[in-house]
Amino acid sequence: MTDFTLWDIARNLLLALRWTVLLSLVSFVGGGLVGLLILFARIARPRALRVAAKLYIELFQGTPLLMQLFLAFFGFGLFGVSVPAWLAAGIALILWAAAFLGEIWRGCVEAIARGQWEASASLGMSRFEQMRHVILPQALKIAVPPTVGFSVQVVKGTALTSIIGFVELTKAGTIVTNATFQPFTVYGLVALFYFALCWPLSLTSQALERKLNVSHSHY
Amino acid sequence: MSLIAITDVHKRFGENEVLKGIDLDIAKGEVIAIIGKSGSGKSTLLRCINGLETIDSGSILVGGVQLSSEEKQLRDLRQKVGMIFQQFNLFPHLSAGRNVMLAQTVVKKTPKAEARKIAEEMLDKVGLAHRFDALPDELSGGQQQRVAIARALAMKPAALLCDEITSALDPELVAEVLQVVRRLAEDGMTLITVTHEMNFAREVCSRVVFMHLGRVHEIGPPAEVFGAPKTPELRQFLGVN
Amino acid sequence: MTYTFNFDWIAQYWPVIVKGILITLELTFVGGVVGILLGILCAFVKLYGAAPLRFVVGAYVELIRNTPFLVQLFFIFFGLPALGVRLGELEAANIAMVVNLGAYACEIIRAGIQATPKGQFEAGVSLAMTRLETFRHVVLVPSLQRIWPALSSQLVIVMLGSAVVSQIAAEDLTYAANFIQSRTFRAFEAYFVSTLIYLVLAIVLRQAMAGLGVLIFPRRSSR
Ligand SMILES: Nc1ncnc2c1ncn2[C@@H]1O[C@H](COP(=O)(O)OP(=O)(O)OP(=O)(O)O)[C@@H](O)[C@H]1O
Ligand SMILES: [Mg+2]
Repeated sequence: MTDFTLWDIARNLLLALRWTVLLSLVSFVGGGLVGLLILFARIARPRALRVAAKLYIELFQGTPLLMQLFLAFFGFGLFGVSVPAWLAAGIALILWAAAFLGEIWRGCVEAIARGQWEASASLGMSRFEQMRHVILPQALKIAVPPTVGFSVQVVKGTALTSIIGFVELTKAGTIVTNATFQPFTVYGLVALFYFALCWPLSLTSQALERKLNVSHSHY
Repeated sequence: MSLIAITDVHKRFGENEVLKGIDLDIAKGEVIAIIGKSGSGKSTLLRCINGLETIDSGSILVGGVQLSSEEKQLRDLRQKVGMIFQQFNLFPHLSAGRNVMLAQTVVKKTPKAEARKIAEEMLDKVGLAHRFDALPDELSGGQQQRVAIARALAMKPAALLCDEITSALDPELVAEVLQVVRRLAEDGMTLITVTHEMNFAREVCSRVVFMHLGRVHEIGPPAEVFGAPKTPELRQFLGVN
Repeated sequence: MTYTFNFDWIAQYWPVIVKGILITLELTFVGGVVGILLGILCAFVKLYGAAPLRFVVGAYVELIRNTPFLVQLFFIFFGLPALGVRLGELEAANIAMVVNLGAYACEIIRAGIQATPKGQFEAGVSLAMTRLETFRHVVLVPSLQRIWPALSSQLVIVMLGSAVVSQIAAEDLTYAANFIQSRTFRAFEAYFVSTLIYLVLAIVLRQAMAGLGVLIFPRRSSR
């Protein structure tokens, strides 16, 4: 058995970390785009759209992300296509993130005072114009901290893709452990790397939140 | 022909019938004060005229056009009838000037430069030309309410609805807002104001409407309504015996 | 689509599923009860503890909230034996869930306590209650009531997150699904059924927490 230095371990983990970062970015951005659709459906006039969006959110928030990954992974098999793990992982994470972001943003839109809707309506604006010029610009501002906060969940969520065989940080940890027989060191490092990714995001989210509260306190 | 014709309007919220058959004709250039106890339906009536609430039966005509719940028509109506709210409801993310410009450019498609000119004009009218770039939360309550008035005026409405527009203001700021409204009245603007400022109603208004339990209980020129109230309810409301 | 769904295996394998459900529920119950107690303790330390203790709790909370549950689980199950701590898979799963929920609960409860108006505490002390009595009756209970919905949501998240304990061979609902698909090669159906069961569990758990909230907290008179 060869001896592995700490650097050997760290280097291999860092290489895999790139995939964690990439998958996180894709999931977050893709989830954001789909999440916007969910948001608009959730606050649309037609009841059917609202109900459909609510069901979508309930479904994705009420079931384990791991199951969603499995279903995406094996679901393609039903159509006779076999997809690589990264694709199934990306699709599942995007759909999952969209549900959470859509719901977070709906909360932000609903936090805008009723008076803003009424004032803009009384000026003759259409619903789209109200949304575009009055409601969304304000909702966007309060949406930033929780959205940044959710990015932490996305990064952590990517760890589950190791289970369907995508080689990112966690999977690399398992592989390296099997080669080195040093689980304590390896998983400790894996945790530290995740922490290094997530903690700055958490801190940013909290700082933005505080800033927002200060600027709103004199209302 | 009257500018606003309200005929037998009924409105209920669930079990609670708030408007029980309102009839009211308002001519161009009239200044109407609506007074009455809390819960008598004053705000609801104003909100119906602006289409913020839909009516259950009866009809409201503005400039001869029937108020309907059809989106396009409603928007046309709202350009003719502006509304000022108790809580100002300025758009907090836009400067005072941009508040006044927004609906012009978005709804009326007025070119930016022209909208800006009108905004400056309107802010000047309410004595705030120098605060064009101020954000709402940099303004006092009285100033915010004056911007809200300028914002409504910029749409060139035929009438303005004011719902207790001084009630959220500190006492020392009430006068500056009432002064602006007074000047609008002198300029011939049609005004319908819900107010608790009895002196204002007495001095400025052409007619006073006393609402009670969802009905127009008494109506007449201020001298009559305040000087010789006919019904015990109005006498009690005014505190005279 | 040429694929034909086949759910015949349910007749044979339902006991495996039931066992999995029970283990998932057991994990959630222990994680919930002990995790919330741990959260209360940590919140108390973080608010009123000595500086070094506050630091330790703060580090614990940040570490847990900024790393994946799966990695925490692996660290506890595979890593700790290096320190001579050998755990069974269920024990490891239980500990991981308690530790995980504890950190989130700590933050939720702390925020709830901090939202209690200062006057409340002063009023309690002025009525000759001790600080601890005041904390328990005047601060903690109303705070818990206030954050009960957030705590409930977090518990649901932890329950759904527990699906990964199958990765250390703890025989929960996901483990059952894995087992069934490896025997029947009906992967999609097996995961589909278990997903639905998780959905039902999540809904039931949310309702149960709401019911529990009504039971343990004095009725709100308004709103
Ligand atoms: N959106 C609503 N839903 C249900 N009930 C409402 C609604 N808006 C108003 N009401 C009810 O209608 C009645 C009349 O309300 P309205 O606001 O018109 O009274 P008001 O005369 O303006 O009173 P105030 O002087 O307090 O402003 C009240 O009983 C109120 O509770
Ligand atoms: Mg009112």
